This record gives sequence, structure tokens and C-alpha cells, in this order.
Amino acid sequence: MFRTALRNVLAHKARLLMTVLAVMLGVAFVSGTLVFTNTLSNALQNSSAKGFDQVDVAVTAKAQEDVGDRIVKTPELTEALREQSAKVPGAASAVGVVSGFTAIADRDGKLVGGGFQSQGGNFWGDKDPRYPLKEGAAPHGANEVAIDSETARRAGYEVGDTVRISIDGPVLTPKITAVFTTDDGNVAAGGSLALFDTPTAQKLFGKTGTYDEIDVKAAAGTSQAALKSALDAALPEGEVETTTAQRLADDQAEMISASMSGLKQGLLVFAGIALFVGTFIIANTFTMLVAQRTKELALLRAVGASRRQVTRSVLIEAFVVGTVAGATGLVAGIGIGAGLRSLLGTLGATVPDGPLVVSPGTVATSFAVGVVITMLAAWLPGRRAAKIPPVAAMSSVHAKATTKSLVLRNTLGALFSAAGVAVVLAATTMDGSDGQAPMGLGAVLLIIGVFILTPLLSRPLIAAATPVLRIFGVSGKLARQNSVRNPRRTAATASALMIGLTLITGMTVMAGSLQKSIDKMASAAISADYVVSMANGNTLSTDVEEKLKATDGVTATSPLRNAPARIGGVTEYLTGVTSAIGELTDLKVDDGTFEVAGTRVVVDQDTAEDHGWKAGSTFTAAYEDGEKQKLTVAGVYEGNELIRGIMLDASLLTGHQEDPSDMQVMVKTSGGASDAAKDRLEKALGSNPAIKVQSKQDLSDDIAQMFTLMLNMLYGLLAMAVIVAVLGVINTLAMSVFERSQEIGMLRAIGLERRAVKRMVRLESLVISLFGGVLGIGLGVFFGWAAGELLGTKMSTYELVLPWDRMAVFLLLAAGVGVLAALWPARRAARLNMLAAIKSE
Amino acid sequence: MTTMPLSDRTTDVAARATELSKIYGQGETQVVALDRVSVDFRQAEFTAIMGPSGSGKSTLMHCVAGLDTFSSGSVRIGDTELGSLKDKQLTKLRRDKIGFIFQAFNLLPTLTALENITLPMDIAGRKADKVWLDNVIQMVGLSGRLSHRPAQLSGGQQQRVAVARALASKPDIIFGDEPTGNLDSRSGAEVLGFLRNSVRELGQTVVMVTHDPVAAAYADRVVFLADGRIVDEVYGPTADSVLDRMKQFDAKGRTS
Repeated sequence: MFRTALRNVLAHKARLLMTVLAVMLGVAFVSGTLVFTNTLSNALQNSSAKGFDQVDVAVTAKAQEDVGDRIVKTPELTEALREQSAKVPGAASAVGVVSGFTAIADRDGKLVGGGFQSQGGNFWGDKDPRYPLKEGAAPHGANEVAIDSETARRAGYEVGDTVRISIDGPVLTPKITAVFTTDDGNVAAGGSLALFDTPTAQKLFGKTGTYDEIDVKAAAGTSQAALKSALDAALPEGEVETTTAQRLADDQAEMISASMSGLKQGLLVFAGIALFVGTFIIANTFTMLVAQRTKELALLRAVGASRRQVTRSVLIEAFVVGTVAGATGLVAGIGIGAGLRSLLGTLGATVPDGPLVVSPGTVATSFAVGVVITMLAAWLPGRRAAKIPPVAAMSSVHAKATTKSLVLRNTLGALFSAAGVAVVLAATTMDGSDGQAPMGLGAVLLIIGVFILTPLLSRPLIAAATPVLRIFGVSGKLARQNSVRNPRRTAATASALMIGLTLITGMTVMAGSLQKSIDKMASAAISADYVVSMANGNTLSTDVEEKLKATDGVTATSPLRNAPARIGGVTEYLTGVTSAIGELTDLKVDDGTFEVAGTRVVVDQDTAEDHGWKAGSTFTAAYEDGEKQKLTVAGVYEGNELIRGIMLDASLLTGHQEDPSDMQVMVKTSGGASDAAKDRLEKALGSNPAIKVQSKQDLSDDIAQMFTLMLNMLYGLLAMAVIVAVLGVINTLAMSVFERSQEIGMLRAIGLERRAVKRMVRLESLVISLFGGVLGIGLGVFFGWAAGELLGTKMSTYELVLPWDRMAVFLLLAAGVGVLAALWPARRAARLNMLAAIKSE
Repeated sequence: MTTMPLSDRTTDVAARATELSKIYGQGETQVVALDRVSVDFRQAEFTAIMGPSGSGKSTLMHCVAGLDTFSSGSVRIGDTELGSLKDKQLTKLRRDKIGFIFQAFNLLPTLTALENITLPMDIAGRKADKVWLDNVIQMVGLSGRLSHRPAQLSGGQQQRVAVARALASKPDIIFGDEPTGNLDSRSGAEVLGFLRNSVRELGQTVVMVTHDPVAAAYADRVVFLADGRIVDEVYGPTADSVLDRMKQFDAKGRTS
């Protein structure tokens, strides 16, 4: 049996090609994901392990819990503590570490790196073992800085250049005295690192005389554990935490592999979708192969093969196909993994070097996925093959595929679909997170239902295209009839395309609606012309507001100054604003008046509810320094995701905060938002690379950009499923052309032109693809709407946005798939040897 | 070598092959399927082409019907010389001037009987001549089955649809490739009867390849091929005369 099966595979090489390709793509996606994440994870872990070379035990401050009316400050790691650590028995040295956000501008004044990984720190003494100097000498004093070699290379800086740097507002222009190399993970990930001498760094990062961490190095012969216990014994209990470098490295490795496994799972979901789409093609191919070989299989049965043997022979074929697809997919996947790594490199993220990791697990998974998927999908056709009666071998007529009644199928499909729609609709009436599970269940039921129903749906939907097809005369008529001739096959082919388009459309509808609602939220609440903030979301120095207030054309400003306070035994974050906040925001007031002046404050609904406040209520807040302040609620406003909490006059906070800083500064200018106004504001801030001055339009653009990026990534990932679906359409058409060669030959003989034959195949392809497209887009819109209903319960500004232009593009895409997929089959049909085709069998 | 004397009624010739040769392959492996064959098919005449298998009878029909290319010589359908035509023009010629009946019926399973009959006109984008169409349908006796699909018809009925399809567009000439090969003798006789009637009563020209002496006996003339050459022709054949002639081939084949 094995030999027969193998011969069959070889005999049908061309017909199995598309199937192998489809499975191969899915497997390549899986193995590519595994290779890429393993390689990245391995490289990151190696590089992070290197980062702990200079540490044996790290000492950090222990965060404290707030008690009663008091905000308990985190203890400070002082110089005294560092000296104490250095003197602990077994300690060789103790280095104090300070770090914080530090933006470096390139020669054009633009921020180097993405902002989130722009780091600064301290260079310890004259020779810091953590940062080997490549060139120059250690920085000393406020006007000297050292930068990492990768940043120097990217921005084109050399030792001796002056560089623009910003920490939390003011622009510094120190001289570069050194370029160093580093294993720092942030730098490896595309960030920048600027180092100052220790006193400068402490001052810049607002930690004068203290450290973020003390790295203690053990003397020769002292173990990390021994050093840790020595430190625990020597340092004040309850104020510090000590961790061995081994532990830190392990924690980090675990974190890396956790984040990598998140990425891996995310990618594997899309690989799974592509593979799922592939199963339709496999099932279609084997069904057609079995139908074409009815006589042959019947002969096998007639000469004594058992049903089981016939099924097995089909499964062996599937096994061979799966193995070939698994092997080629693995190779392609290794290529994809390597390609992704270098792609990341060119996108700016510097991926740490390391060997390409192809683990035995990856190899095994690739083969297992290829073989299991193919054999599973071929199982039903295999069973069908076994049911062919031996007598079919004797019948002279070309045996037709059994057209089993679709009644059972349609009933089942209708039940599933109805249940799915009902559950989804029920879920939309539920509240936020409660509805998620039922909605997912409903979606799955509905998709299964539609899968089952597609053969039934194909007739009316394709009949709807008749008027259009009539324009193409006899080609159109034949194309329509051919496409409904085998509803199961058409359905399976269209379903493959449907899956991809459902997901793409659903995501687009959801993303579009979310973008609109977030945009509305951002702009509805803000009536300021500009919002000034830090590029990485950090806080701004308070003199940013001072400078803005003094700028020409600025009519009103307000900071959003964050200050923790204890109110009624819980920690609340107060937002310090100026009285101008009323004209800078546009918040709906439910109760009282929107007035922030003196001790009168405004509170958002949720907070008011938590504390049981109304307009006129009074409460006491204990500031950071323990001082208490009596405040009166002037009004209750409707908060949103961006603006919420207790807003009070910022001047009340003065003197109570050790390190006051602003989340944002809102600005109103006399002429409204304009390029000139924006320019003036940016100039006033010294053209600081780290500070963003954004108009409402800029905010919208930012949000839009974020969504576009996310959608494009999703499109990219779903493209694989669409490509596999294209292979499916090609496959079906090629097989149909093969099966109908006699008919096509006859049509050519009685006078159908080559062009018309091509057009017939192309139109059939278009009809099938558009059928899948319409179903997919329809389902996608439904799911997008349903998910939005669920989201709407959590977001007051949620509004369904139907992206008609995108949907038109998707429909065109489906049509494009149809045209593209028909290229080769149509050519084959047109070139068919007429004489060979019409010769009777 | 036997060459047919050219008819003096040249204006009435529906199709004519002159010095027609068809050679497959080259050098050692060269096979001559047709060797300088000249033959006329006169209008309103029913011709059967006979010969042992491999004699080139099907090839001759395919070449004259514009289904296959030839190596040298000329073929005319009416006034049109086929040798100079491109595929597109050939296709148009087949569509407008020629009708076909195949052994395997070759109907489209998705179309009804009527749609199959009018298919050549549909392809040409022409309206069928209603009166003529009714005549044809009446003649082949399909009036009650026009909305049936091929799968619902017997073999004989299917071939009658094929005959109607060939006749419906009033072609200059109809070619049949073993049209009764897949039929039982009664259905075969019916189909041959229709073909003969179409010649006698409607003035249609029919050329049919067959290996069945009984089928050939329906024709006005039988042309015998052997080894790619025309070796004989018989006017007003009977099944017995044809069978006798065929036996000679067998005898010759055995003694040579």
C-alpha cells in the first residue's frame, strides 16, 4: 500500500504542489516564529547576563507602605550607606548607581532613539568597569558627558563635540569627553545612554547625595550568598533590599523569556490561522484527488484491498505531503527567522548578536505540524475514498462525485449560525468584561455555522452576480454555472478567503471605532491649543510652565502637577492646576461649579462617589510632608481616561513637595494653534529634543499613527492567511480546469475563442473570491460592531465607525485575489490541447 | 496510389482537401499520418470516412474541420483557405461554418438540453432562428425534454441533443467523429437517420468518421483510407459492400 501511495504522490506532483505550498507556508510561519523568538531570547539573555558582570550583590531601597494620614517616603540610599556597604567583610568595592531619562539630540535637533529608551546615568570615578572607554576620558563636572558608541555612531558625534541633552526640561549643552561601549540592554534595543560624573548625575536626576542602587562587588573567594548575608547584617533592616547578581540575572532571564513567550504566542496565533486556512485547501485537494481516482480506488477494492487499506493509502499520501511540507517549511522558517532578525536591525532596533537558534523542538514541531495538519485534513476524504464500491471500477461512465444531500448540513449550519448570532447579540447587552466570554463563544459558533452554510449561501449570493456576469456573454454564464456546480468545493475555497477577510475587517472596524472614540475623548475634554509633555511620558520640570507662561502670545497656562496625598486613609493623587484650567479643558460638570481657586477644588465623579462627596463637601488631605489641608469640593465633573481625579490650585502644593514636577502643561495662545505659535513655544523651551509640543491635531495624528501602525502589523500578520487562501483558489481552479478539460476542448471545438475560455476561468475565480470576500467583510463588520457594543459599555465616547473606503479596498483585494489566482489556471485552460481533450476515454 | 478524380461541380464543394499531408516527428521517428490526400466533400452529400485504425481517418477529419494543423497541402471550407488562418480566425470559422458531433456526446452538464443546443449561437452572440430551431428539435424528437440536463437523459437522447446542436446554427458542414460509437444499435440507427434526413431534406452536408459498416451504409459515399492515403471510394454503399471492402484491408494487412 505504501508503494501505491508513494507512486500516487509522485504521479500527482503538480496537483499537490499548491497543497504542499499552503502547508509549507503555515509551517514556515510556525518555525520562523520559533527560530526568531528563540534566537532573540537567547541573545538577550546572554547580553543581560553580561550586564551583571560587575555586580555581585545589588542593594536597593525598600518601598514603604503609606500609613494612616502619612505618606511614608522610600528610604534613601545615601553615600554613608554606600561606604558602609563597601566596608562589609567580603566586599571588594561598592559603586553607587543613579539613572534617569536623558534625551540626546542629533545634529538636527531630533531625539536619538524612540524616547522610551533614552537613558542617562553616572560614570563612577575615572575608570568605571561597567563602561569601558573606547575613546576620550571620564566626564567631570556639569559640562561634560560620555555617550555610548552606538549613539555616537548613529548621530555622528565624536569626542570634543557639544551635544544637546535634556533631562526634565531645561536644555544642557555639555561637551562629549568620552565614547564608551556597553552591554546595556536598553542600548542593545536601540536606546541611548549618556553618562555624567556622579554628583552631576545625582543633581540632574533630582537625587542629590543619594543613589538608586548600590552595586557591591565581592572580594576574591567570597560567594554572592556570603556577601548578601554580610550586607543584610550590616545595613539597616527594613530599609534596604539586597539581591544577588545571580538572582537578578535569573529574574531578568525569566522576564525576557516571559515577554518572548508572549510574542511567540501572539505570532503563533496568526500562524495557526494560516494553518487553519490551509486545512481547507488540503481537504479540497484530497477530495478532488479521490473523486478523480474513483475508478482506480474501486479497482483496488475489487482486487481485494479492504476499506481500511484504501483510507490508509490516502492517509499515507497525506503523510508524504505533510512531511515534504514540514521539511520545506522548516527551511523556509529558518530563513524567515534570520530575515526577521536583520529586518529588526534595519528598523533601528539593535538586536544583540548571537547564533541562530534552531532547537530540536523547532524541528520536531515543524514536522509534527505539517504532518498532523495534512493528515487530519485528509482524513475525511480518505474515509470517503473507502466508501467507493468495488463495482465502480467496472462502470464505463465517468463516476461522478456523490452529491449527497445538503439538507442535514444546512440544518446543522442554520442551527449553529442562529445560536452564534443569538449568543453574540445577548453578549452585546452585557456589561464590559462579563460579555467577553459569551461573545467569543458566539463568534466561534457563528463562524462554524457560516462554514457549514457556505454551500447553501453560494447559490443565492452567486446568483445575485448574474446581471453583471451577463455582460460577459457565454463566458459569464458558464463561469456562474461552473462556480455553483460543486457547492462544497466552492464553499471550502471561499471559506479559506473568508477567514482572513473576517479578521481583517473586524480588526479594521474595531480599530477605526476605537481611534475615533479615543480621539474624541482626547479632544473633547481639551480646549487648550497645545499640550506640552515629555517624549517618554516622564514628568516635566516646573520651570517649563514658567517659561511657557512668559512666552509671547500665550494667554493661559496650567500644569497638571501630580502630588500624592492621604485622604480618608487611602492614597489619592492630587492634580495641581491653575485657575485657568476652566478655559483649558471642557469637562462636563454634573454638580456645583467648575471652580479651582484657593481651597476650592473639583473632583471627578468616580472619586466623588468613592468618598461620598457632593458639591460643598469638605475633606482633609495630608500632603507628602505630613502637613494637612482642608479642601472644599466646588464641583463634580465627568472624568475620562485622560483627565480624572482631584484638581486643586497648584500654589497650595508649593512647599509641600520635595520634587515638584508636571505631567503636562496646557497652553492657550492668543491666535489659536498655528505653526508660528508652535514654533514660538518650542523656541521658548530651547528647542528641547525631549519635549513634545502638541496641538489637538497633533494629538489626533499621534493616536491615528499608533492605530495605523498596529493595524498595519495585524494586516502583515494576516497577509499569510490571505496568501494561503490565494493558493487555495489557484488550486481549486487548476483542479477544475483539469477535471473539465473535455468540456473545455469541446467548447473550443465548437467555436469558443481562447480569450473567452480564459475569461470564463477568470470570472469563475472572481465569483468565488468575491463570494468569500463578501461573506468575510459581512462577518467582520458584524463582529466589529458586536465587540464595539461591548467596549461601549466601558467607554462613553465609543462610536461605531464603518470604514467604507477600507471595506471597498478589501472587496477590491478579494477581486484582485480572484484575478491573480486565475492567471495560471486560465492560461492552462486556454492552451489546452483540444484534440486530446475531446477524444473519448 | 489512388487519387480521386476532382468533381466537375466545383462550385458545389463544401470542403476540399488538396495534397494534404500531416507528418508527426522528424527523421527516424517520423510518422506520416496523411500522405498527400486530395478529397472533396460536396454540398448536400453524406460522406463516411472509413479505414482500419491508424489509417488516418480521424486525422483527416480533424484537419479538414480546422481542429488540427497540417504539414502541407491545402484545405478549403467553402471559399476559405484554412492553412493561412490564425487560431482566432479558425475558431470563428468553426463557430460559424462547422457543426460537430462527438463520440462522447460532449454536452455541458450544467446546461439544459435547449441551452446545449443553442450554445454555438450563444458563443457567437447570435439569436437562434426560432423556426429553424423548432424544426430541428422536432426532427430529433426532443420537444418534451428541452429543460432536462444531460445527466437526466439517456445516451441516445444526449447524442440527439448533440445532433441538434450541430444542426441548429445551420453550418456549411457537419463533422461527426464516430457519432454512434457510444450508442446501442437502436439509438445509433436513430441518430444516423437524423443525419441522413438532414442531408436529404434540409440539404445539409455531413462528413462522418466511422468504423462501423452499418453506420457507413447510411452515407451517400464512403471514402476508404489506409496508411494515410485514400485507397478507394464507394457510392451508394450497403453494409455488405462496405464490409467486403473492409475485409480486403484485413486480408491485405495479413498477407503483406
